[in-house]
Amino acid sequence: MNESWLLFKRNLADFWRVFRRNRMGMTGAALVLIAVLVAIIAPMLSPYPPTAVIRDEAGRGLTFAPPSVHGPLGTDDAGRDVWTQLVYGARISLTVGFLAGFIAMFVGSLFGVLAGYFGGWLDNLLMRMTDVLLVIPDLPLMLVLVATLRQMDLKISPLTVLILVIGLLYWTSTARLVRSQVLSIKERQFVARARAIGAGNFHIIRKHILPQIMPLIVANTVLILSTAILIESGLAFLGLGDPTQPSWGTMLNFAFDRNAISNGAWWFYLPPGLAIVWVSLGCVLLGNVLEEMLNPRLTGHHLEGEARVVETEAASG
Amino acid sequence: MAESALLRVRNLNTEFLIPDQGAARALEDISFDVHPGETLGLVGESGCGKTTALMSILRLLPANARISGQVFFKGVDLMTLPEKEMRAYRWRELAIVFQGAMNALNPVMRVGEQIREAITLHRLMPTREAEVRVGELLELVGIPKERGAQYPFQYSGGMRQRAMIAMALACSPSILFADEPTTALDVMVQAQVLELLNDIQQRLGLAIVLVTHDLGVVAEMCDTVVVMYGGKVAEYGPVDVIFNDPQHPYTQKLLESFPDLNEPTEVLASIPGTPPRLTEIPPGCRFEPRCHVCINRCKTESPPLLRVGESHLAACHLLVDKL
Repeated sequence: MNESWLLFKRNLADFWRVFRRNRMGMTGAALVLIAVLVAIIAPMLSPYPPTAVIRDEAGRGLTFAPPSVHGPLGTDDAGRDVWTQLVYGARISLTVGFLAGFIAMFVGSLFGVLAGYFGGWLDNLLMRMTDVLLVIPDLPLMLVLVATLRQMDLKISPLTVLILVIGLLYWTSTARLVRSQVLSIKERQFVARARAIGAGNFHIIRKHILPQIMPLIVANTVLILSTAILIESGLAFLGLGDPTQPSWGTMLNFAFDRNAISNGAWWFYLPPGLAIVWVSLGCVLLGNVLEEMLNPRLTGHHLEGEARVVETEAASG
Repeated sequence: MAESALLRVRNLNTEFLIPDQGAARALEDISFDVHPGETLGLVGESGCGKTTALMSILRLLPANARISGQVFFKGVDLMTLPEKEMRAYRWRELAIVFQGAMNALNPVMRVGEQIREAITLHRLMPTREAEVRVGELLELVGIPKERGAQYPFQYSGGMRQRAMIAMALACSPSILFADEPTTALDVMVQAQVLELLNDIQQRLGLAIVLVTHDLGVVAEMCDTVVVMYGGKVAEYGPVDVIFNDPQHPYTQKLLESFPDLNEPTEVLASIPGTPPRLTEIPPGCRFEPRCHVCINRCKTESPPLLRVGESHLAACHLLVDKL
């Protein structure tokens, strides 16, 4: 136990040493981490509660006030501070995006592995399901689903509905990607060897198939996160967000509805838009770099073997 | 004799169902015995069913394969075991070094871990002890045990082959199947690997079934030889009998086409033609179309395995008259 923990720590250290030198990856990681950090410490970044109305000395609400001492990003049509909404909105956007992304990744990987590994009727069933989901246009389907589920009085919060709908509809690309990889990996000889040493299906999937597709899944997850955040923003912009818990998409929806553009209130619609770009750009950069890096075959050659062992021995001793 | 055999293969038939082409008869009535400590050579040209025979015994063939016949291992018929019980036999008793073993290692797993996998899978010992055992196994095949922490791509081809042999020995099996263990290795490394196998057999006393098309290797390593042609046993006997007194025309031709260092010739003999397609097998002897001494009977009737000497069998119509 202790030894494998040490090994894991050394692997992680190795990974970090290479990752640190990758400018694109570091930029992506920084963008994502800053956004997550902002979401976590949101109350410390703003003096106001998210729904508070900023008033002038005479007690009138400051509507569409440009950036000033009251707030670095001005106020919206109801006199609420835009900066405060932005940092609290990060919580909603990121939560929905991450949870939906993880659900999509989990369902997609599971279906992909099952379909690819077992083949036959299971493969047929899962892939036809995938085909059906792929040919239905996403956005209209999601609009209808979210709207219908809202009507149905299911006693689940609107945000949960959003998370489930995005998560359970966006696994198709992951499933196909994972399936195709599994199809190729399961024919490789080391899988035959694993069977020959007496391994069962579950062991083979866990020890031989999953580690091979893990880099793909991790990188794909980060990329799916960005898609999930974008979809959430889109749905919220179309009015399907939770108005009591505004995400960045909901802010854009408000700004659009209340004529922020014709009022010239750029501080109302630009920040949430840029925040969405910020996070999805971060995810895409990070995802691409992770995909490249997590492939162990890109890291060395057998003739370097001796030297490496000596080096790691010295380092651990 | 039969009682002392570790593995008794009896009338093993394997066919592959191919869509639109019917069945390909890959093995027909294969029978042989493997005794403890013995090295049995399975020889024959490409596609004659050597690897299929091993895979049939281990029941590792793809889903479209149909196997019949019996394979007794220490008296237990492996063909009738449920898959779950069969799994306990694999590696624990019957281990295999795959053809092109360098590809049989998982590229993203450390070599030591892969060797340990076989031990822990059969719950032979706790992880920590298995760790020590992995080190011993690596040293046994001449790999410094520190290199167990490396990945297969950091190994050379010969090292990977040796690591596979170490893995095959992990559970101290009774029989080691070596499927062309020296193919794709250069001559020096070939010699090392064969020497290693010999050495291990001497030390651990296991039986080896060696699949090869290299008759030099057979002469050097094997006690008994099974010559296969087109999915059938052509000749079966002790190695010196097969080499000095071959009875089957195919074996004779095969030996002729092997270069002799003592009497070098300008042109190396070869056997004209190609092995039969397994979906269009001739009704008579499978070797008949290429045989230099065939008679009319060979075209219509498949020759049975005839006992031509003590523990020497051959399948040829011409031998009936000799007996």
